Amino acid sequence: MRFDYDTSYADPQRLLRYRSQWIAYGTLVLALIAAPWVLPPYYVGELNYLFIVSIASLALMILTGYTGQVSLGHAAFMAIGAYAHAWFLNNGLGFIASILCASALTAAVGLVIGLPAIRVSGLYLAMITLAGALVTEQIIGRWKDVTGGYSGLSVPAPIVFGFDFGSLRAFYFLCLFVLVLVLSGLLNLMRGRTGRAFVGVRDSEAAAYTLGIWVGGHKVLAFVISAFVTGIAGALLAHHLQFLTPDGFGLTLSMELVLMVVIGGLGSLRGAVFGAVLIGLLPTLISKIKPALPASIATQFGLETFVFGLILALFVMFEPAGLNGRWIKLKVLLQNFPLYRRNTFRRGKVYMHSERYR
Amino acid sequence: MNAQLVQFLQLSLNGVAIGSIYALVALGIVLTYKATEVLNFAYGDILMMSAFIGWGLIAVVGLPFWLAVLITIAIAAFLGYMLDRHIMRTIVGQPQFAGVMLTIAVAFMLRGAVSMMFGPTSRNYPTPWSGQITHLGPLVIADLSLVILATALLVTALLFLFLRYTQLGIAIQAASQNQLAAYLCGIRVKWLNSLVWGVAAAMAAVCGLLLAPTALVDISLWFVVLKGLAALVLGGFGSVPGAIIGGLLIGLIEQFAGVYLPDGFKEMMAQLVLIGVLIFWPRGLLGEAHGRRV
Repeated sequence: MRFDYDTSYADPQRLLRYRSQWIAYGTLVLALIAAPWVLPPYYVGELNYLFIVSIASLALMILTGYTGQVSLGHAAFMAIGAYAHAWFLNNGLGFIASILCASALTAAVGLVIGLPAIRVSGLYLAMITLAGALVTEQIIGRWKDVTGGYSGLSVPAPIVFGFDFGSLRAFYFLCLFVLVLVLSGLLNLMRGRTGRAFVGVRDSEAAAYTLGIWVGGHKVLAFVISAFVTGIAGALLAHHLQFLTPDGFGLTLSMELVLMVVIGGLGSLRGAVFGAVLIGLLPTLISKIKPALPASIATQFGLETFVFGLILALFVMFEPAGLNGRWIKLKVLLQNFPLYRRNTFRRGKVYMHSERYR
Repeated sequence: MNAQLVQFLQLSLNGVAIGSIYALVALGIVLTYKATEVLNFAYGDILMMSAFIGWGLIAVVGLPFWLAVLITIAIAAFLGYMLDRHIMRTIVGQPQFAGVMLTIAVAFMLRGAVSMMFGPTSRNYPTPWSGQITHLGPLVIADLSLVILATALLVTALLFLFLRYTQLGIAIQAASQNQLAAYLCGIRVKWLNSLVWGVAAAMAAVCGLLLAPTALVDISLWFVVLKGLAALVLGGFGSVPGAIIGGLLIGLIEQFAGVYLPDGFKEMMAQLVLIGVLIFWPRGLLGEAHGRRV
């Protein structure tokens, strides 16, 4: 067992406190650096995609997991980021300027979509974001002069400081770098004043209000930050796809992002990455097990949708804390090995209580 | 009569016909919302599945139309009942978001199952009214639309009578107003909630069977749930008459947008109305006042 002994005020502020954490995360980083030389190219491409959706999932986690604002339409932000980035690149901006402009534009749209969050909450917000995403998809499909409509828009290669990141391995490191940047940024955000305020708004608006937190402002700020980061993910996704069509950013992607956040476990950045990895890999896994299934099921399109639904249902019903909850349970079990009590994480009995008047 | 007026009346007629389906969808969603406070995102998929079952019974098994309709409604009602009893009940007391996620999960599973069983192709089935039209002066209307309108009125009236005058209906109202008080009065709240889900699913089946012949029996039928949500919000969330009025209005707005507004607005209109209403007028037409309870 491990006990926390703080010997200085700086101790609880460290991101990595223990030697075991340094070893574990160091090994992970080394493995990720070695991965593109070890894995076959197909899996490197998959990893690129995983990094990109992890960024988007982290962004949604800030909004849904930490601030408690439901968004069922986050793919719209990815779409705006991707299209804006492609448009800026095609119009002669450099990579870094373009990705920043695209994300800023996405953040501006996030501000507009987030403003209703001051007035409406819960289910209403879910519906408004869903409707916003559908409208965005339609607009992108119709605005042919800028987006190319349904015939698509090609994306130039990413060139940073004269170096072409277009190759698979180079792009891998670009995505990894951005993911680490975003992750450390969000980690620091969440343990700072703003992040604490977000959690306060999620847990009780009234209590947060009493403590002098500007509730409406923080809700909108969460939307803006989330949209900004999602815009970055969208811009990277544009390079990953190399060719943008509106169908790629439809309802399915929005739902997948929500799935990542819920399955990963609301309220933990680690969970967001876990969820992104699981959901991002699921199509590949399913295609791997397809040969083992009877042909009548394996050849149909619906299998993937069905498995997504099944996994989501099982998590919501039996493990609301998500993959991160499982992870923590496993860790506690290993740490306290012979002394683990089965009831440590037992859920209390809950009763129906109305949220109708919120 | 001049052509403009004829067009206007024709559009109104079509709008009311399609709007009555939206109204039924909104009504089904609001029923479960009032009873269990779960916004049923799977409603569209129950509807879509019912259309497929109806097609299977009519076109594959070869049952007569009316028998197939009855069996489909029974299957859907049973499914709705079981859905609440075995799935939705496990998350009672958790935040509203859990209910949203669980119904989305059920929606995915139904969509996946239907698409695995029936494949991606669209199909159609014959009804006693397919291809017939009625002339009302200068207006032309498909008989199917009239049937849709009549059925919507009938279902709404039956539901009203059921909720207003039967003991069971009054018990449902009581349970939806205050579950604990209703329980203490000896009402079987859990069973009633499952029953409401069953009734709502049966209404979804009616909608699906009505909608399928006008469109096609297709996976994308579930999209109608988005129109239903718009109708719900416009009419005022949680209000039964509001759901009906909202549905009819959304139907009308869509028809008029298709003709009088630029290309592309017809598909977006329901969503734009939803966003606009929620931002500027969250109460909707007949919504309850939103008190803030700490």
